[in-house]
Amino acid sequence: MGSLLQVLFDALSLGSLYALGALGIALIFGVMRLVNFAHGDVIAACVFALLWPSVDAVAIIFAGNLPWYLLVPFVLAIGAALSVACEALVFRRFRRANPATMMIASFALGFVIRYFLLMLFSSRPKSISLLPALSQPVEILGARIPLLQLITIAVTMAVLFGLTAFLRRTRFGLEMRAAAENFTMARMLGVRANRVIMGAFALSGALAAAIALILGSQTGTANIMMGASVMLMAFIATVIGGMGSLAGAVLAGFLLGAVATVMQVILPPDARAFRDAFVYGAVILVLIFRPQGLLSARGTRERV
Amino acid sequence: MMSPSVARRTIATPVLLGLLLIAFALVAVAVGSKPFNQTVIDIFLKVIFVVGLWVFVGNSGVISFGHIAFACLGGYVAAWTTIKPMMKGMSMPGLPDWLMQTEIPYWGSAMVAAGWAALWALIFGSVLMRLSGIAASIATFAMLAMVNSIYSNWESVTAATSSVVGIPIVRSIWPYLVAALISVFAAWAYGISRHGLALRAARDEPTAAAASGIDIPRARLIAFVISGAIMGMGGALYSHSIGIVTPDTFYLGLTFITLSMLVVGGMGSLSGAVLGVLILSTLIQTLRRLEAGVQVGEITLALPGGVQEIALGAVMILILMFRPAGIMGNKDLSLPQRAALETRGPTGPRT
Repeated sequence: MGSLLQVLFDALSLGSLYALGALGIALIFGVMRLVNFAHGDVIAACVFALLWPSVDAVAIIFAGNLPWYLLVPFVLAIGAALSVACEALVFRRFRRANPATMMIASFALGFVIRYFLLMLFSSRPKSISLLPALSQPVEILGARIPLLQLITIAVTMAVLFGLTAFLRRTRFGLEMRAAAENFTMARMLGVRANRVIMGAFALSGALAAAIALILGSQTGTANIMMGASVMLMAFIATVIGGMGSLAGAVLAGFLLGAVATVMQVILPPDARAFRDAFVYGAVILVLIFRPQGLLSARGTRERV
Repeated sequence: MMSPSVARRTIATPVLLGLLLIAFALVAVAVGSKPFNQTVIDIFLKVIFVVGLWVFVGNSGVISFGHIAFACLGGYVAAWTTIKPMMKGMSMPGLPDWLMQTEIPYWGSAMVAAGWAALWALIFGSVLMRLSGIAASIATFAMLAMVNSIYSNWESVTAATSSVVGIPIVRSIWPYLVAALISVFAAWAYGISRHGLALRAARDEPTAAAASGIDIPRARLIAFVISGAIMGMGGALYSHSIGIVTPDTFYLGLTFITLSMLVVGGMGSLSGAVLGVLILSTLIQTLRRLEAGVQVGEITLALPGGVQEIALGAVMILILMFRPAGIMGNKDLSLPQRAALETRGPTGPRT
């Protein structure tokens, strides 16, 4: 019972991470058909925002020393600001470009952000202790669950409910959903394109910052490559979920987390190292049978 | 397969590009310095990779993030087939006996690598080519991550993430030049073959192409296998150029560089692919020189590390903004008078 519960919590917390990442990517894809490869590097940049620039091996904590009720809003604001800056400086000029061009531009932008971090902080991983109180385990029904896992899951749920309410109940949310459905038509009916797109980028950046906080406290290290693996899984989740479908992205994120965790448990020890390879293989299989994704958004289906 | 008149009309492109590459090789010989020699070898390898990438991406219009996986497959073939049996036993004890005893020259390993990569391109491609658009791009990314994850964990056959050493190093530039010329000519021949034309038709007008009887997944698969073979050959030669191989050599960094070269040059044409390599390599070398430091009077001015990549990314974004079709903008190099004659047509005044 205890170990089963443990697996369940592992799956949920990993899935939460993927779901938050997928949501950040799907939000932007929805409003401007941009597959944002820079998302992972925004995550890494948010972690490094806590440190003072230095190329030494020892991290100089700067903003990381703030109490948590200041720290969390600070990081979220950094993420949102960085993401909005990406939009204003780069992606705005690609509004009329085709999706492939935008995708490569975002790839290049992510590269620029990553090497900017490298220039300031060097490529060595640094150990940081972010919110150390969260790594203590709690006992639930005989399973020892790290407090952080519980918080990760709770935060993700809260974000999901909050975002749903935001998208369904507010005017801005309505505009954003309209823009995702049919951008041209939404603009004709008075939705301001720049405002909606800015909003989507800000939200997506804040989600990236949330991932950064979770990853930072989970691993205790800051590494310029740390966003890459979450981002890759998040991408896959958005594609499997059906590009542009927010619910699909979240669902697929949790599904991927569950598959990865279950494989970790059931694969024989020799094959465990290849867990990710199996997950990627499973993804390719899903794409073959449902190329439009599990829950496909309207208007994104290909006709040929 | 290809009509002779098309071949005659377009042969100028690969010939001009070939002459350009030969000119680079001759400059390297004339300069005669070792580091410059290595730089030119690196440029030829990038030409092989980018031309390989172009065969698929340029003709199909589907962005692939996964082609470096085939270079990885090729790179390890070089390690499996050319390292001395004794050393192989130490770093990669899990190899089957017959492979353990194999020791072939570098050109043999390059050919085997091309075949091995083509085989896997066929296997992956027959699955992936049913997808199109962004789903296809992401699936190729998943393929790259999958190959990287297998090669960085399969301790007994690939030595996991530690580098495999002892691959015979080939320092002469000629083999790399020949391989680059082979890829350029192969890419040209594919581009004007009926399969290449069919694929380009499918890229520009998918609906019309499908209605005219083009089997799009099959046309894409053919390009995927040919480009996989070229990448595999390039991967093997890459291993021979530095003598060691690790899975992370063939991952996101190389993917980014090759893709940016293709985009900057212009993915619509073969000339764009080759010129993209030459232009960006020159830029990278200049920045690298500056990162190492320039002596100005008494002080050494040096750019901090990472500037090279940042500049590369910035150049790429700017080119995408202002010339989305790349520097060559879908045009191929050709001889000027010939082009003029063609536009004038047979009835025009003769000079």
